[in-house]
Amino acid sequence: MMKSEKRSITSASAPYIAEGAGIRTVMWTVSACLVPALAWGLAVFGARAILVVATALAGAVLTELAANAIRGKVTVGDGSAFLTGLVIGMSLPPAAPVYVPLCASVFAVAVVKHASGGLGANWMNPAMAGRVFALLSFPAAMSAWIAPATIAEGAGPSFDALSGATPLSVVKTTVSSIGAGAASQEAAASALRSLGGPAALMAVHHYPVTAFDGQLSKWLGGLFGVNVRPGYFDLFFGNTAGSIGEISVFLLLVGAAVLLARKIISWEIPAALLGTFALLTWVFGGVPFATGLFQGDVLFHLFSGGIVFCAFFIATDYVSGPLTRPGKIVFGAGVGLIAFLIRAAGILPEGASVAIIVMNMFVPLIDRFLRPKRTVIAREKTT
Amino acid sequence: MSRTLTFARGGVEPLDFKSLTSHLPIANAHIPAVAVVPLLQHSGAPAVAVVSPGDRVREGMLIARADGFRSANIHSPVPGLVRDVGDMTLPDGGRCRAVTVECAGEFDRSGKILNRQPWDGVDAATLNALVAEMGVVGLGGAGFPVHVKYAFGTDRPADSLIVNGIECEPYLTGEHRLMLEKPDEIIEGSCIARKITGARGVVFAVAENKIDAVAVLREKIAEKSLPFDLVTVKAKFPQGEEDLLRHVLREDRTAHHIPPGTKTIISNVGTIFAVYEAVVWKKPLIERVITISGSAVVRPSNVKARIGTKIGELFEDCGGFREPPGRIVMGGPFLGAAVTDLDAPLTKLTTGLIALTRRETASCADDACIRCGRCVRSCPWGLSPTILVKLIKHGRTEEAVAGGLNDCEECGCCAYVCPAGIPLLAYLRKGRSWGRMPTRDGAI
Repeated sequence: MMKSEKRSITSASAPYIAEGAGIRTVMWTVSACLVPALAWGLAVFGARAILVVATALAGAVLTELAANAIRGKVTVGDGSAFLTGLVIGMSLPPAAPVYVPLCASVFAVAVVKHASGGLGANWMNPAMAGRVFALLSFPAAMSAWIAPATIAEGAGPSFDALSGATPLSVVKTTVSSIGAGAASQEAAASALRSLGGPAALMAVHHYPVTAFDGQLSKWLGGLFGVNVRPGYFDLFFGNTAGSIGEISVFLLLVGAAVLLARKIISWEIPAALLGTFALLTWVFGGVPFATGLFQGDVLFHLFSGGIVFCAFFIATDYVSGPLTRPGKIVFGAGVGLIAFLIRAAGILPEGASVAIIVMNMFVPLIDRFLRPKRTVIAREKTT
Repeated sequence: MSRTLTFARGGVEPLDFKSLTSHLPIANAHIPAVAVVPLLQHSGAPAVAVVSPGDRVREGMLIARADGFRSANIHSPVPGLVRDVGDMTLPDGGRCRAVTVECAGEFDRSGKILNRQPWDGVDAATLNALVAEMGVVGLGGAGFPVHVKYAFGTDRPADSLIVNGIECEPYLTGEHRLMLEKPDEIIEGSCIARKITGARGVVFAVAENKIDAVAVLREKIAEKSLPFDLVTVKAKFPQGEEDLLRHVLREDRTAHHIPPGTKTIISNVGTIFAVYEAVVWKKPLIERVITISGSAVVRPSNVKARIGTKIGELFEDCGGFREPPGRIVMGGPFLGAAVTDLDAPLTKLTTGLIALTRRETASCADDACIRCGRCVRSCPWGLSPTILVKLIKHGRTEEAVAGGLNDCEECGCCAYVCPAGIPLLAYLRKGRSWGRMPTRDGAI
């Protein structure tokens, strides 16, 4: 299409009013909705986490500026680079050395986004590609976990030995070490069965539980007569080791509720993702503990790791996701499935970031096969 | 009271700004000193001028005759002297002939006592001929000559007549006011239209945001104990579009407003009023009700204005502009046409004059698509505007046509919701005009 023709199209064409939610609004709103969970992470992990997030943000924004200078078009204000940096920072371990967020951000913005043509043209989720890049490049640095301030005090000796490991890595290493250390398969199975599940395993390891968790358990127990195992409230509210932004499921849900209410994100991807993940965890989650099918600990797995962060804030990225509602459901379900497989059977303790990148590859295919159908009204016209 | 009908997929619910004018009675605009009357104010062939410069014309005298089957007569909106018959450019970019009349002399109709013409004993063909003679066209914006639409009924009578009082475009309130102020006339007009078309049933469709008009019409229908049906539809754009309107009436299977497989004719409230005036008062279509609104206008109003009045003068009637407008639209903000020339004349197709402030005006930033899918969700026809536009931009019109481009009714919902400010509708129109060309060698 010729330049002049394009100008004549854009200068004055109906409709003359617009809804108003521009790209800028979308990106900055998502960033704002991440702030509560971010603030919690920075508060409990302290200065090192602040350094990680600041480096990730600076890396992303400066790379965007450099790309803008090269391409001669200023897009830094649209907020997409800031959001990429923010998501990267929040998805990294709090004690990661500064080169980790820096490399991840520069890779995300320079290679994944701008090398493929800038915002709208990247087929991979830049933030997750940056994180996976860091995971492959610096595997040791990517497990630089520290315990949050809320549980660091009064932690038992065996917890120190795990140097603030995340609940998921505790589970994964314990299960595999029992499997390797046992004399026979039967012995391993019975040892695992006696543990029962991930929450009990954490208790055996004296993974610290805050007084807050105990109080809440007791109060709710009195109110509804339910008996909640220790640790679940810590998982839900963010008193565990983990990536900076992923630990407080509660605050992430608060931000997600705003995004849903403002129709910035829609329900399809989070619902399909978490639904698939929860279903698979329920059915097969007990298998590593030799307790059989339908014994999985769904809440433990939903509240630990970055699955909630991913479901609402990362998998819902417009650019690298499918266009249509059915497409979004397939995409979300795919991410949930792959994330579950990696958790259950992979080497990594969790793999939501990898799951997203894998499903990004399927997006063109999904869009091709799940096009919207002509509505009845369109069909009526021709009949 | 039946339920509120709507269509299932797509559509948008914009801020409608109707409260700026919906409470204001229709006022008379000033009579223009000079009226510029384009000879193409309808869909179809332009009318042919029957006057020459220097001729004296009376108010409502024929100045251009319908040319061919699909065309419409055009009358002088004012008495006076024909100053010029020349070429002009229409707001949509098309060119046509125009008659310029300088207002002078006595008005034959305005302010005079006129005689009611009985129509009860007159047959449908004669009534339709009268409608044709008076140059009545669809006043909803498309301008389809009404006698042509109604004459389809002569070979096979319509089963139902739908009177469209939905007025789903933001800002516009002219038809709302007509329903409130002229309910008897509109009902009589409907009876006339029903007779001409041979329709058995009449269905009024009014949007739920005009609940006062619904009440007035319902009362009048009951008072005259007419077998007319009245449905409320959701105030969702583009509910007034004919296919969507037929669809919702057909879908409401409990009420059988229009049974499947039947023939329906749709006319706007404004058109029905014009039919009434043409038949009962032998009044040619020389003036129409419009809404002058927008945040840039000092006194938004509903006015009855003469065809051919310069739009700048109409804005002046409303106190002029608060601030330099970012965009002036003839018609509604979704389906209208932008104008840059304040000397452009009001035509039969003009439903409103909207002066938007710079801030309100869509940016048309035309940034990169971020694949948010909003356009896909907003399309009532189930198209994927962003994909079609990408194909059109790459000159792959055939693939866009295969992807449903010709189903597009150009409602503009997709462009309205686009966060990247991509003028999707403009690209779709471009693609459709290419798609209609019999051969295209692929060059851009």
